[in-house]
Amino acid sequence: MQPNSIFKIQHSKRLLLTLLLAVYCLLFTASNVHAMHLSEGILPLGWAAFWSVIAAPFVAWGLWQMKKIAAVDISFKPLVGLMAAVVFIISCMPIPVPSAGTCSHPCGTGISGILVGPVISILITAAALLMQALFLAHGGLSTWGADIVSMGVMGSFTGFLTFKALRSMKTSMAVAGFMAGLFADWATYFTTSVELASGIRGDLPFMPLFWKILIAFIPTQLPLGLLEGAMTAGMVTLLYKKRPDLLVKMRVIRPEEAL
Amino acid sequence: MKFRVRSSEFRELKSKSIPLLVRFLIAIVLLLGFLSFAFSTDKWSGVDETVVEKFAKEHGREAREPLINTDQGDLLIFLFLIAGAVGGFAAGYYWRMLVAEKAPKMKGQKQNSRG
Repeated sequence: MQPNSIFKIQHSKRLLLTLLLAVYCLLFTASNVHAMHLSEGILPLGWAAFWSVIAAPFVAWGLWQMKKIAAVDISFKPLVGLMAAVVFIISCMPIPVPSAGTCSHPCGTGISGILVGPVISILITAAALLMQALFLAHGGLSTWGADIVSMGVMGSFTGFLTFKALRSMKTSMAVAGFMAGLFADWATYFTTSVELASGIRGDLPFMPLFWKILIAFIPTQLPLGLLEGAMTAGMVTLLYKKRPDLLVKMRVIRPEEAL
Repeated sequence: MKFRVRSSEFRELKSKSIPLLVRFLIAIVLLLGFLSFAFSTDKWSGVDETVVEKFAKEHGREAREPLINTDQGDLLIFLFLIAGAVGGFAAGYYWRMLVAEKAPKMKGQKQNSRG
């Protein structure tokens, strides 16, 4: 038997196994699912306005930077288009976590923060969250600012800075991508806990309620963060192997680091 | 009496036992997944319900209906399908362009073992 045909058989076996796993997941793990984002009416108006004021300059900065880069490089837009679609899908995709018996979603802002930079990633997140709040009953318009701050600002900057810091310490692409995805996810839910605790606490002290909420997120978000890390590492590594020129162009790596 | 294992035998044993172990672990994970599905009382609620809305309700805040309420019957599933199809098409289209098309040769390209 030719080595090529052996490879094809192994490849089709792997494909079959993946399909079987996907069918298993659909049959036995999917059900009525909901995801995160702060829903309409959860935050008092004052707090909702406060988070919107925090988010607004970041979104404006993203728009300004997008316009500036696209004016000199029209090929930047397809990558932003890809990242917007990826963030939109990932952040409304509920994933069942068997260890917790609940569902939640990854954020996708780790990978977008790495590839298009944290500021444009915030813009992408704002657009994705707006569509979800308007048409998918996922998140709310009054809580849009709070969701932008947790998922967009914190997720994108944490992912970007983690990746840059680890790469500057000569860490491999896969490890840096994994840690960036992991910390971007955890930072998002950490910030959501801050937003929720500060919004609903009334006269109660902040810290006990914050810890209570954060601990309640852990059974779901701990494994989901690991999944987001693996996903981010996979995407970054694939791009590094297939299109290192794009990573150089996006200033993710230096030209001499390309394969 | 000394028990000695040759390195080739050890390698053979290792190559057989690791895939078996991996299959065993996958089977355990799938079994646990199935059991947790079958016996969980509140099946797969989102963390918005189990954490966000639960704590908000305890402190006197409740989620309002969204401005455009698509959570009626199967309408939400339909919209998720449309959103998934449109988003999936856009992601797939650009992904293909990014990873399947040939990269142009870069100046000063060299081999690098890192990554």
